[in-house]
Amino acid sequence: MPQIAQLAEVWSSQLFWLLVIFGAVFFVVGRGMVPKVMDTVGLRDKQIADDLAAAQAAREAADEQEEAWRNRENENRAAAHALVNEAKAKAQASTEKKLATAQAKIDARAEEAEARIAAARDEAAAEIESVASEAAQDIVSRLAGIEVTKPAAAAAVKKAMANG
Amino acid sequence: MHQFMIEPMFGSANWELAGFNIAFTNSALWMLIAAVALWAFVLGGLKRELVPGRWQMAVEVFTGFIDDMLEANIGKAGKKYVPYIFSLFMFILFANLLGLIPLPLAMAGLHAFTFTSHFTITGVLAIMTFAIVLIIGFAKHGLHFFSLFVPHGTPVPMIPLIFVIELISFLFRPFSLGLRLFVAMMAGHVLLEVLASFVIDSSNAGAVWGLAIGAPAFVLMLAICALEILVAGIQAYVFALLTSLYINDAENLH
Repeated sequence: MPQIAQLAEVWSSQLFWLLVIFGAVFFVVGRGMVPKVMDTVGLRDKQIADDLAAAQAAREAADEQEEAWRNRENENRAAAHALVNEAKAKAQASTEKKLATAQAKIDARAEEAEARIAAARDEAAAEIESVASEAAQDIVSRLAGIEVTKPAAAAAVKKAMANG
Repeated sequence: MHQFMIEPMFGSANWELAGFNIAFTNSALWMLIAAVALWAFVLGGLKRELVPGRWQMAVEVFTGFIDDMLEANIGKAGKKYVPYIFSLFMFILFANLLGLIPLPLAMAGLHAFTFTSHFTITGVLAIMTFAIVLIIGFAKHGLHFFSLFVPHGTPVPMIPLIFVIELISFLFRPFSLGLRLFVAMMAGHVLLEVLASFVIDSSNAGAVWGLAIGAPAFVLMLAICALEILVAGIQAYVFALLTSLYINDAENLH
């Protein structure tokens, strides 16, 4: 086995070159380059984390804006509803007012007409009375030959008509 | 066993430093190749693009893997050990995988050398880890670090015995750590070599023997090669995982 057979003559050179070369590897590669490589990895991880955080923030902002927009929309809708309702109420009120005035006019005319009818009826009644009393006077004078005064005849007619 | 031989290259056999031989061997060459390959691999992932390409993604998968492992085993404090564990894991992984490169290099006269199949290497890596554990442990907890050897709820009369057992098991950690990797890598390569020699020797003995023994051995070799790639990854992972567990002991005690 050369590892043992050559031990005495090669151990110093093996040790020397290993220390030199492994030392170089440790200082140049291990201490010099590896931290840079790991820094790059760390930087990338950090960048990814930052980007994710930014995306999350943007998403939250968008959600917030959507929420605000929704609120505004709801408010607008409510305002529009209120406007429509108000217009409806106004229209209804004006319709009612017009109806009321028309009704009042109609009522007034009806009343007037009624008054006129009542007047005409009274007039007619009075005429009937006077005609009746004249007729009664006439009948009495023809049948009984008695001249009855107009007021008496009228009183008698009134009495009869009140009973009739 | 020739594949485990260490040979000086470029006439460097007599290089010395303070009286010790530091010849630039094929082992050192493959350490250098692994280190350069690792450097090139990580460099490709250093583009620092926000949207990573495939290469950058691959590098980031490895750093993320080590980071997650330390996070899971040590916790938040594990972050500062990423450079060491990453270097350890990737260096061993590249060594194991590069050592498996078969034919194309061999045909050019270059033979891949798996330096993790030498306990002079795995042992040093294990001792390095063990030293780090000791340094962190004593720096952070002082002598209180010894309470690591007395698990919670140990009955008082048992404490001396448990302490000794735990201490011995603790001291064996660098051995188990280093030997595991060395043995796993060496066994795989020996197995492949044995099967390869079956293929070649049986074929040399004639077509009949070649078909009867060489062909099944070759199929088995292919399967073992796949297994070895898996083992290369698993052993690197086990080494890094155990290192992180040991560091966790030092960092958090029990």
